[in-house]
Amino acid sequence: MKAAVLVFPGSNREGDVAQAIELVTGRRPQMVWHGDGDFEKVDLIVVPGGFSYGDYLRCGAMAAQSPVMAEVKKRAAQGVPVLGICNGFQIVTEAGLLPGTLMRNSHLKFVCADVHLRVETSQSLFTNRYQAGQVIKVPVAHAEGNYFADADTMKRLEDRGQIAFRYCGPDGSIVDGRGNPNGSSSNIAGVFNDTKTVLGLMPHPENAVEPMFGGTDGKALFEGMVEALS
Amino acid sequence: MTVAPEKNPPVKLPNEPEITPQVVAEHGLAPDEYERLLKIMGRTPTMVELGIFSAMWSEHCSYKSSKVWLKKLPTKAPWVIQGPGENAGVIDIGDGQAAIFKMESHNHPSYIEPYQGAATGVGGILRDVFTMGARPVANLNALRFGDPKHAKTRHLVSGVVAGIAGYGNCMGIPTVGGETNFHAAYNGNILVNAMTVGVAATDKIFYAAAAGIGNPMVYVGSKTGRDGIHGATMSSTEFNEDSESKRPTVQVGDPFVEKLLLEACLELMATDAIIAIQDMGAAGLTSSSFEMAAKGGLGLVMELDKVPMRETGMNPYELMLSESQERMLIVLKPGREDEARKIFEKWELDFAVIGHLTDTERMVLTWHGDVVGNIPIPPLVTEAPMYERPWTLTPLPPELEASKVPAPTDWKASLLTLMSCPDLASKAWIWHQYDHLIMGNTAIRPQGGDAALVRVPGAPKAASHKGLAMTSDCTPRYVQAHPETGGRQAVAEAWRNITAVGARPLAVTDNMNFGNPQKPEIMGQFAGAIMGMAEACIALDFPVVSGNVSLYNETEGRPILPTPTIGAVGVIDDIATSAGSRLVQSGLALVLIGETKGWLGQSIYLRELHGREEGAPPPVDLAVERRNGDFVRGEIVGRRVHACHDLSDGGLLVALAEMCLSGGTGACIKLPATDVAPHAYLYGEDQGRYLIATDDGPALVEAARKAGVPAVLLGYSGGPDITVDRLLTLPLQELRDAHENWLPGYMNSAA
Repeated sequence: MKAAVLVFPGSNREGDVAQAIELVTGRRPQMVWHGDGDFEKVDLIVVPGGFSYGDYLRCGAMAAQSPVMAEVKKRAAQGVPVLGICNGFQIVTEAGLLPGTLMRNSHLKFVCADVHLRVETSQSLFTNRYQAGQVIKVPVAHAEGNYFADADTMKRLEDRGQIAFRYCGPDGSIVDGRGNPNGSSSNIAGVFNDTKTVLGLMPHPENAVEPMFGGTDGKALFEGMVEALS
Repeated sequence: MTVAPEKNPPVKLPNEPEITPQVVAEHGLAPDEYERLLKIMGRTPTMVELGIFSAMWSEHCSYKSSKVWLKKLPTKAPWVIQGPGENAGVIDIGDGQAAIFKMESHNHPSYIEPYQGAATGVGGILRDVFTMGARPVANLNALRFGDPKHAKTRHLVSGVVAGIAGYGNCMGIPTVGGETNFHAAYNGNILVNAMTVGVAATDKIFYAAAAGIGNPMVYVGSKTGRDGIHGATMSSTEFNEDSESKRPTVQVGDPFVEKLLLEACLELMATDAIIAIQDMGAAGLTSSSFEMAAKGGLGLVMELDKVPMRETGMNPYELMLSESQERMLIVLKPGREDEARKIFEKWELDFAVIGHLTDTERMVLTWHGDVVGNIPIPPLVTEAPMYERPWTLTPLPPELEASKVPAPTDWKASLLTLMSCPDLASKAWIWHQYDHLIMGNTAIRPQGGDAALVRVPGAPKAASHKGLAMTSDCTPRYVQAHPETGGRQAVAEAWRNITAVGARPLAVTDNMNFGNPQKPEIMGQFAGAIMGMAEACIALDFPVVSGNVSLYNETEGRPILPTPTIGAVGVIDDIATSAGSRLVQSGLALVLIGETKGWLGQSIYLRELHGREEGAPPPVDLAVERRNGDFVRGEIVGRRVHACHDLSDGGLLVALAEMCLSGGTGACIKLPATDVAPHAYLYGEDQGRYLIATDDGPALVEAARKAGVPAVLLGYSGGPDITVDRLLTLPLQELRDAHENWLPGYMNSAA
């Protein structure tokens, strides 16, 4: 699998995700600068976490207008898989590749903590190494992860199986927003586009790939992509 | 080289005020200090010159009250590459790698404007570390707030924590550890001490000493605005009722720009274009340019009209004294300007050649071609005021016998009270706001061990993961009671924290926070703390490689508790052989290492349960400390330890409770046969002790006996409760609620 990781001014988890990809593929992904609208062909585009453009204006809003994102939109339309993590989720949402929006956390503070996620489907190139209903533990680190979409969109996401991950309790239960670190609608932690070639999620699977450094529950996401895209 | 005579006396700018005694006084210069200035200058200074002297001779920049004492600290060891005097200390951590670290205070600004004060404190310490060529790998912070009941405390906690989070999270540097205390003595002066640890190659470390006559001086980063003018001078005086009107002296930070500056500087550092580099911190362009020239024994000319400016109408005085953030001064090799400019333009930062080095040993400042300042550099440094202020040592208070301290009438309530008191209650509300996981190297997280443990990036690929252990520590109530003991204890506890995760303690950065040094008893606290620290640092081979002094932490004559915060760093060859403090497994033997005499003087138990702050603090026997610590470290790296926690505030029972809560496993212990009263045994704060969870308790006790280390098997882990003999059985959940709810409850309650 050949992967590209985008780098905006203010990106800061590009190294983490590059490290995770290298761990799984043995190959360092290509790092693509935000002004580079013409990067080499790859099997996967990763939009990493951070504070692109300082989160000024609105998280992800300025990055979504960058030359590199114009190219990403074009390639996504051709079916090239795109993974947006945290600020990357905000960026791909601002760019219109995913429905909904990420609002300020309901408690108004930045939160960094391990959370439990329920994998909602294994039927995607991102989640094929997980079982539907499986509970995994990965960290979140954000101030604006409160997913929101209008009622029609929410229904469509549910009906078409576009919800990838939900925050849950350690036993997988979802009661009264339990385990939800930011107040997101229906405990949503990650969503697909309607062809399931774009995934956006707030948690950081790239920080859960090694036993001594946060556990390994995020590793299957990268292994699954390698399997699907190699 | 000698100082050239003054060829071009400065011109007076239009509207420039006269230098009157009042103007001199407003610049914080004492009359005799102004006399020194006149002697050096040989004439009346211009405003910008007066401003430069004022900043450079402020307590903050000159260390004029503390220098004579700081010299008593040990600063050398075979592994020390750079001791105090540079932007940060540098130690060798093997494999061609160096750890670069420092702790610095931002106390005064954080009280006046908590968010920006704390944020720029983090920004400043990060720059100190990456200026030297290191990529920062971790941040820590030590915070002291006033009484929770004080009207401002909640607002200050909220602002400071958000400020630290806002800056560190955006920079992408994990904030992995620290400490937070509350005490009424900090009501008018909170402490915000921020520490950064970075990693660099030992052959790629950058220093501040300028070299090469004619070489260009380059300004990079943010534009200069009018913020923070005279911050250094403001931080060198006491607070009074007017202090809040000093808000404009607080700088405003932009972590986004600093992130760009970090990446741009590291990119330029990967070339060989840099001769010297210095960040603009306190006293901005003044101190950075001065230090570079002074260290290099050179002079310089700076064309101040070339400095990138944020506002129109700025004058030389403002440009030299602004403390605008996210700026650096670089001396480049000749002809490398374009290459450097390209890097900074790529990162959308300002880049301007603003001057060059000369052989005159003078700082010549020009403004649209006219000389506006002309100061001989060496005398400003060598003739700087230095005070041997009178000092009176605090006498050692009498020992408080345990028999004079009542046992709890309700044991369960006593533990609940301690575990939910402001100093011991969980600080999760704070550290969950800090990104402590970014970079993917955090092995021991907050509340996971006595020290944070971070993998060293870029170490040679091998099966093992080299780790840096780091901590910050100080017990101000001990220092207040007896500064020498307190200073010794702060160093010993930091050393113990590093040891308790299995790492070898290597070096220290100190952040000395005290009151007004012009009072002999305050100067005596400073002197005593230094004596104690020096003794401990020598005994434990734990040199001081960097530090910072913050004096005048007083409001209307009321000083803070003397707080010499110790930041410490150690190394472990393989993180797989480390130990945290979480008790996650049932059936493990719990062994207490070290001798328990039941010392209750100055204990948290005494303060929280009986409202008394009295007696002598627990003595620290440094030989015992070392013997016990070396034994414990050997057991940990020998993989015979599941979990280890040092005993500090609250003694044995609080340590056990913390291990149980963080690991989610209960425990049952019995008191050994002893003459010590149960409350003194369980809550006493004797030093040099650890609580260890291990598979084979008797084997550990036997190994300790052979090493001459006191050890006793107390009980085993398991179950949903903490049980101590017949004294107490407390469900973990009840304890957890008390421990974890205090801070969120406090922060969410109406002011």
